[in-house]
Amino acid sequence: MSEQPEQPVPPVAREIGVPAMALIVLVGVSGSGKSTFARRHFGPTQVISSDFCRGLVADDENDQSATPDAFEMLHHIVGTRLRRGLLTVVDATSVQYQARQQLVALAKAHNVLVDAIVLDVPAELAVERNATRPDRDFGPHVITRQHKDLRRSLGKISRDGFRRVHVLRGAEIDNVTITLEPAWTDLRHRTGPFDIIGDVHGCSSELETLLSTLGYQDGRHPQGRTAVFVGDLVDRGPDTPGVLRRVMGMVEAGTALCVCGNHEQKLVRALNGRKVRVAHGLAESLAQLGEADPEFVTAATAFMDGLISHYQLDEGRLVVAHAGLKEPYHGRASGRVRAFALYGDTTGETDEYGLPIRYPWAEEYRGRAMVVYGHTPTVEPEWVNNTICLDTGVVFGGRLTALRYPERELVSVPAEQVWYEPARPLAGPPQRDPAALDIGDVRGNRFVETRFGGTIRIREENAAAALEIMSRFAVDPRWLVYLPPTMAPPETSRLDGYLEHPAEAFEEFAAAGVTRVVCEEKHMGSRAVAVLARTPEAAEKRFGVADGGAGMVYTRTGRPFFGALMGELVDGLRAAAEPLWAELGTDWLVLDGELLPWSAKAESLIRGQYASVGAAAGAALPEVVAALEAAAGRGLDVGSTLDRARRRQDNAARFRDAYARYCWPVSGLDGVRFAPFQILAAEGRATAVHQPHDWHLDLLARLDSPLIGPTRRVYVSLDSAESRDAAVAWWEAMTAAGGEGMVVKPVERPEGRVQPGVKVRGQEYLRIIYGPDYTESLDVLRRRFLGRKRSMALREHALGLEALSRLADGEPLWRVHEAVFGVLAMESEPVDPRL
Amino acid sequence: MLLTISTTHRPATDLGFLLHKHPDKVQEFSHSFGTAQVFYPEAGDERCTAALLLDVDPIRLVRSRGASSPDFSLGQYVNDRPYAASSLLASALAEVFRTARAGRCAARQELAERAIPLEIFLPALPCRGGAELAHRFFEPLGWQVEAVAVPLDESFPEWGDSRYVRLTLRGEVRLADALNHLYVLLPVLDDAKHYWVASDEVDKLIRAGEGWLAAHPARALITRRYLTRRTALTREALARLAEIGDDLEDALEPPIEEETPEASTEAEPLTGDPTGERLAGEAAAASPRPTPLNLLRREAVLAALDDVGARTVIDLGCGSGQLVGALLANRAITKIAGVDVSAHALTLAARKLKLDRMPEARRDRLDLFQGSLTYTDIRFAGFDAAVLMEVVEHLDPPRLPALERVVFGAAKPGHVIVTTPNAEYNVRYETLTGMRHPDHRFEWTRAEFRDWASAVAARYGYRVAYRPVGDDDPELGSPTQMAIFTAGDDDVRAA
Repeated sequence: MSEQPEQPVPPVAREIGVPAMALIVLVGVSGSGKSTFARRHFGPTQVISSDFCRGLVADDENDQSATPDAFEMLHHIVGTRLRRGLLTVVDATSVQYQARQQLVALAKAHNVLVDAIVLDVPAELAVERNATRPDRDFGPHVITRQHKDLRRSLGKISRDGFRRVHVLRGAEIDNVTITLEPAWTDLRHRTGPFDIIGDVHGCSSELETLLSTLGYQDGRHPQGRTAVFVGDLVDRGPDTPGVLRRVMGMVEAGTALCVCGNHEQKLVRALNGRKVRVAHGLAESLAQLGEADPEFVTAATAFMDGLISHYQLDEGRLVVAHAGLKEPYHGRASGRVRAFALYGDTTGETDEYGLPIRYPWAEEYRGRAMVVYGHTPTVEPEWVNNTICLDTGVVFGGRLTALRYPERELVSVPAEQVWYEPARPLAGPPQRDPAALDIGDVRGNRFVETRFGGTIRIREENAAAALEIMSRFAVDPRWLVYLPPTMAPPETSRLDGYLEHPAEAFEEFAAAGVTRVVCEEKHMGSRAVAVLARTPEAAEKRFGVADGGAGMVYTRTGRPFFGALMGELVDGLRAAAEPLWAELGTDWLVLDGELLPWSAKAESLIRGQYASVGAAAGAALPEVVAALEAAAGRGLDVGSTLDRARRRQDNAARFRDAYARYCWPVSGLDGVRFAPFQILAAEGRATAVHQPHDWHLDLLARLDSPLIGPTRRVYVSLDSAESRDAAVAWWEAMTAAGGEGMVVKPVERPEGRVQPGVKVRGQEYLRIIYGPDYTESLDVLRRRFLGRKRSMALREHALGLEALSRLADGEPLWRVHEAVFGVLAMESEPVDPRL
Repeated sequence: MLLTISTTHRPATDLGFLLHKHPDKVQEFSHSFGTAQVFYPEAGDERCTAALLLDVDPIRLVRSRGASSPDFSLGQYVNDRPYAASSLLASALAEVFRTARAGRCAARQELAERAIPLEIFLPALPCRGGAELAHRFFEPLGWQVEAVAVPLDESFPEWGDSRYVRLTLRGEVRLADALNHLYVLLPVLDDAKHYWVASDEVDKLIRAGEGWLAAHPARALITRRYLTRRTALTREALARLAEIGDDLEDALEPPIEEETPEASTEAEPLTGDPTGERLAGEAAAASPRPTPLNLLRREAVLAALDDVGARTVIDLGCGSGQLVGALLANRAITKIAGVDVSAHALTLAARKLKLDRMPEARRDRLDLFQGSLTYTDIRFAGFDAAVLMEVVEHLDPPRLPALERVVFGAAKPGHVIVTTPNAEYNVRYETLTGMRHPDHRFEWTRAEFRDWASAVAARYGYRVAYRPVGDDDPELGSPTQMAIFTAGDDDVRAA
């Protein structure tokens, strides 16, 4: 700690070190100065005192009857802090073994170290101090008893289970310096880059080849990279001493790190003369080391004995452990953590080869840190929830594999020969788990971090509604990699006869600093997301769906299109996408588009809702007109009612025309068209994020298939009135001919809270939305509230881009699903559905 | 929307006295949902016609009521309410002709008390259940019924008929009765109401139905529909999702099995649910009043649980909680969890089980929560037995492996009891076309069920036995099939 040269050297200077992440138990009688001591050395939230807890549960810090409840509260608070990885100091007398035992057990349950600091003051001093405190009304006998307990404790407190017991007496108490010692596992300040190397098992020659492939020259990388060994350097292979010599040299020189493997652990025991069963290649190591220089053997034993269970690296973003490590154990220290890191999470059972069955912890892993490990030989390393096993069984004739971090590149060299026969065949790639999703990934109030829209809150009740839709109606979540966001209209137009007009859209984007927008024809069909793979094998590799399917087309709430025709639709779209595979260097794609006609998907809605209203109007209004005409014929004054009835009859006819335009018969896929307007993602890139709209539209225009419909568009320079007028004229012509309208988008993705696009719908089309007679009530309809819709559009857009980015980055399914689920949940928010 | 009432009683203009509306005047009445007008297109001695015209502005209707209106179509601007004869018209009629409906007429009391020749015309009457239902409802009341279906859209003849009929009723009926018939039966035919059904609805029904409803052969259906209950907020959230998902409201009904409704108006009329009718049909298919299949199924599951000695049970897909209720009644079962993906179903279950009034000792044995068979869930683990009663057939086949993993792989109960329809037996249901429930994604034959069950058992280390549920037809098997899985002693793990 800091030096204090100016101050006089205190009579008794003491320096003690405690773990930076630990439970610290203060031990001392009432009045020994624990609270003052704690205040001086620790932060106010780090210290939990029994008096404070007594106050919490009894409104009186000295109410001894509340003591059992107070300690229950204290243990709860301490447990919560330890679970969250916070240094915690307990300020209670803890002079009795029982009290300390509970705290030690609590620390061990959370896999943190626990130190005791004993303040050993004379009983008389404590009594004197208590006497000056009016709130302490217990007599001196209490202190005397506590003091007796403490004296009894001091003899054997070192056997309580504390890592260390620091006893302070007299002036030491006031002059001690406390140093926080980082955990041995904590190398978060080392940011790499790293080359993490899998199980070597004495294959010295392959290790040398791999190191030079990685660019190391005599154990040193010219770009200053650091090698990290996942352990199991020894046993089975031909040259364990050679491997040890190389790794020890690199660790010594600071160019490598190494964690302990189960084979090192056992070899050390054997070398130290402990009785171990000589099996699994231990004999080879012992024989080889038997021929080595004894000094080297001593050094190697010390080296292996000093290896620790795991390392946290790169600000906690990377964890290396021999057999992997679940998230609650990252940075923790206990026998349990070490056993997990060395042997994995075993079930206690063994398989038909007599080897332990391992619990598939990686399938449940939800941590943010990448976990890289070895231990279980596999044929191909595969990412499972941001974890990867690098043991590719070089000693069994497989390969020696390294992972470049942060590049996420795998580098491997083949075994020169089979050095050792495996007890069981190497495992293939881990079975894709159909239920890789857990309820914890989606349930409750959630905060989803997004790259392009900050943290987005998903409310519990919305998640509950989405859970039902997702479970009952949506396609397999492995296909459901994206859901399109909602889109807002522009500010309401004041122009006579119009509710929406392009002028407001252009104005909005110009005000946001956008210079160029694209106006895309808005197709009146059903929004469709097409996930396509070049082959069923590519689908299995990328999406993990192994049922022979090569794609899926789904609606904006994730439901499949067309049941039985899906296969045909997917195959047609895959064929149509042929030019894109090579162009984008990908074997899968996600396309955003509109599926036409509207009636193909929505016929039941059209019949049940729109045509129904048309039928009722068609049946009723002529009778109303006839009855009013008869009354007028009798001389009754029904003039204005009759006029209105006639206008409504005309509106109803226009309404029927409006929906009928988007209905045409299809037979099978004959008549069905998909009009794509964006390539959302492909291998390695979220193109929706990084490419401007003209790139998408130009590329998609190259698709040539009867199944593909064009998306007409015009580009507008917002600083040119002529350019704007031309686009307005284009929109007017298109909507007059029955078109739905257009979508206006900034060509380049803008920064900040700018809408990704707004829709401008045509006059006649809006009858479908606002009813046949909406033109009679424009004044009322203009009072519509857009704020919520616009905010939702931004949030859903951010979630959508996040899902695509996670997909393109190869993040695990649950991470993609979390963002997609968020979009669906938001859609259950009550927002005027007509906007 | 329009309603005309004509009479050929002489002098026909006496209709003006009976209705308390002068034939030579146009009268306006203001309502919260629009304006009603009464006028007479014809008023001669031989024939007189009164017209009730209700002008509903759907936009104002939406704006004034907001989205929480119970009749979902009111939440839409695109709405048939301005044109069709619905509960809005019934309400307007009740108010505008209040005195006439009570059968009072100071000027012509004798006339008000006797049957006169009447003709009632509704150009667009929504009729859920088809024109046949209009006949079934009005004919027993002394009407001669002419109901012509209105085509949906003449430009799309393949779409067929709409749910509207052009209805003409002719008969010798007391005017007050005629008005009450319309007041009750318009919303019943429409099967939707524009206001929340409150407890006073029962009184209203009894008053309006005085003298004719009790003897009506379709009184059970009329009562159930009249007292329609639409529920809860979560449903609205779902409805919003359904709307953008291009789905009709019907598809949203959670696959909850209601108790088969008894043929009595007293039997809890408030539990009426659209699914009830269909199930009534299912049960009616077999001959004279057998035990309903859902009851047999529950008994079979309870017996199977008893046979395997389960003390803790999780009902995955508990619906409205019938099995959970039966399990609670058995004190040998110490822990019960009811899980459903539908929040609406859980609300129903909580209500039916009277969760808020349940004694603590019983309440402590029960846990009801929302969960999904798509996601592994730690809360599913640790039970002696899991029940999947009529659940698997509600999943798309590609989603079954996830269910298998969630239940057999992750939750790993000692026993799993699965029931599902036997598709072979469907030929026994004369009225059935297609599958037994609109939400069923498949129905298996016995061989298909056994193929699936034995593969699952092998993959996850279970043994499996089968039992019939219900009448065991020698050729077709039983209507419901059941598999009982038992975890093997040698706990084989998934490959």
